[in-house]
Amino acid sequence: MAVKKTRILIAKPGLDGHDRGAKFIARALRDEGYEVIYTGIRQTPEAIVQTAIQEDVDFVGLSLLSGAHNELFPRVVDLLAASGAGDIVVFGGGIIPEQDIPFLKDRGVAAIFGPGTTTKQIVEFLESARDSS
Amino acid sequence: MDLVTEVRLGNLRAIARTISLIEDLEPEAEALVDALYPYTGGARILGVTGSPGAGKSTLVDRLITLERRRGRKVAVIAVDPSSPFSGGAILGDRLRMQTHAIDPGVFIRSMASRGFLGGIAAATGDVIKVLDAAGYQSIFIETIGVGQTEIKIVELSDIVLLVLMPGAGDEIQAMKAGVMEIGDIFIINKKDLPGADKLRAEVEYVLSFKNPVQAAGGGNGDSEGVSNPILMTSAVQDDGIEQLQEAIESYATEIENAGKLEEKRRYRLERELLGVLNRKIHELMDLHIEVSRQLPEWTERLYRRDARPYALINEQIRNFLEERKGDQ
Repeated sequence: MAVKKTRILIAKPGLDGHDRGAKFIARALRDEGYEVIYTGIRQTPEAIVQTAIQEDVDFVGLSLLSGAHNELFPRVVDLLAASGAGDIVVFGGGIIPEQDIPFLKDRGVAAIFGPGTTTKQIVEFLESARDSS
Repeated sequence: MDLVTEVRLGNLRAIARTISLIEDLEPEAEALVDALYPYTGGARILGVTGSPGAGKSTLVDRLITLERRRGRKVAVIAVDPSSPFSGGAILGDRLRMQTHAIDPGVFIRSMASRGFLGGIAAATGDVIKVLDAAGYQSIFIETIGVGQTEIKIVELSDIVLLVLMPGAGDEIQAMKAGVMEIGDIFIINKKDLPGADKLRAEVEYVLSFKNPVQAAGGGNGDSEGVSNPILMTSAVQDDGIEQLQEAIESYATEIENAGKLEEKRRYRLERELLGVLNRKIHELMDLHIEVSRQLPEWTERLYRRDARPYALINEQIRNFLEERKGDQ
């Protein structure tokens, strides 16, 4: 009678306070049946990684609008790996210039979702990433 | 990775994994809980309950700081409701506790209620055992924001902190059965708001009627010389929290000396065993009577008035018992 629930941490690293996007995603994912842990704005990569481990999430979704994504997204990926939690899939969203996406993917961010992304696209990504793990 | 050993060593990943296995009702969960059980009993378990927005998470956040100052390892289980429609949940309690996120002596876990009623999740009791066996000395369980009857927390806690705030109802509300009866320590949070003193007076008034011979473990029946403290706090302004912690400490000592803690813990185990038994019987019934498969047909028969509720169920149970006799 096992019922495996997918758990997702939605976190905002960096210093911008624009959390509307993160909250929207959290809410949309809840409506899709996921358990979403939301930790609010201005989280350090260290706090995000500790939270991801304690909450035993399958995914970490990072939202950033300040421009520090090339620094902070890979840092989260690296810290997860260093903590023996490299199996947790990291994806991102916010205002991410197109030309930065290849770099971020190369550094271990599984997907980037910009403005205009539909919930369906994110769910398809989550489901296929989960099935392949 | 041997989960039991790793949990005992305090490996965070192992603790988190074990909790998930329990929550997800994975087949290995029962054996894990049993293997950890002998190492439990060392933690003080504090239930924190109250209406939505009363300030439970912020209070817990402040209490964590003070517990850490006393050198204790702290764990928090924060329960939030699952959506009855999608089964999903937004777990946002730890938002107010994130200052402790990177403290290695603090473990915070959010739990969705997953359809369980009573203010907690079905797995909360077993998750407490994991954290207890992992060596956390103070374990806070924050319930979902409760109304008047979500009182399951009393079956899990050594001490229940009931968080109230001004402006949420008059003394008649306060006299209602249920949640007002389970508090060991009453906290009037947001004490800077108008009406806080009046609320305090009302709580004192209601507590003065308290029945001194309530059943064991039944909340503020801890009377006999042990009175229920009432504290005024403002969690956001970090005001009154030290007094609150002092009150928790002396209350804990008092109930321990009076033999009440032991009594409560026995009561808890009794409730827990009954809970496991109930669940197991349910599972057995479902396996043998195939309730889930047959329910639509039974419902249809009842709807057509072709069957009567008690006769139908009694017949099913009789058949089940007959079958079992045949098995032996």
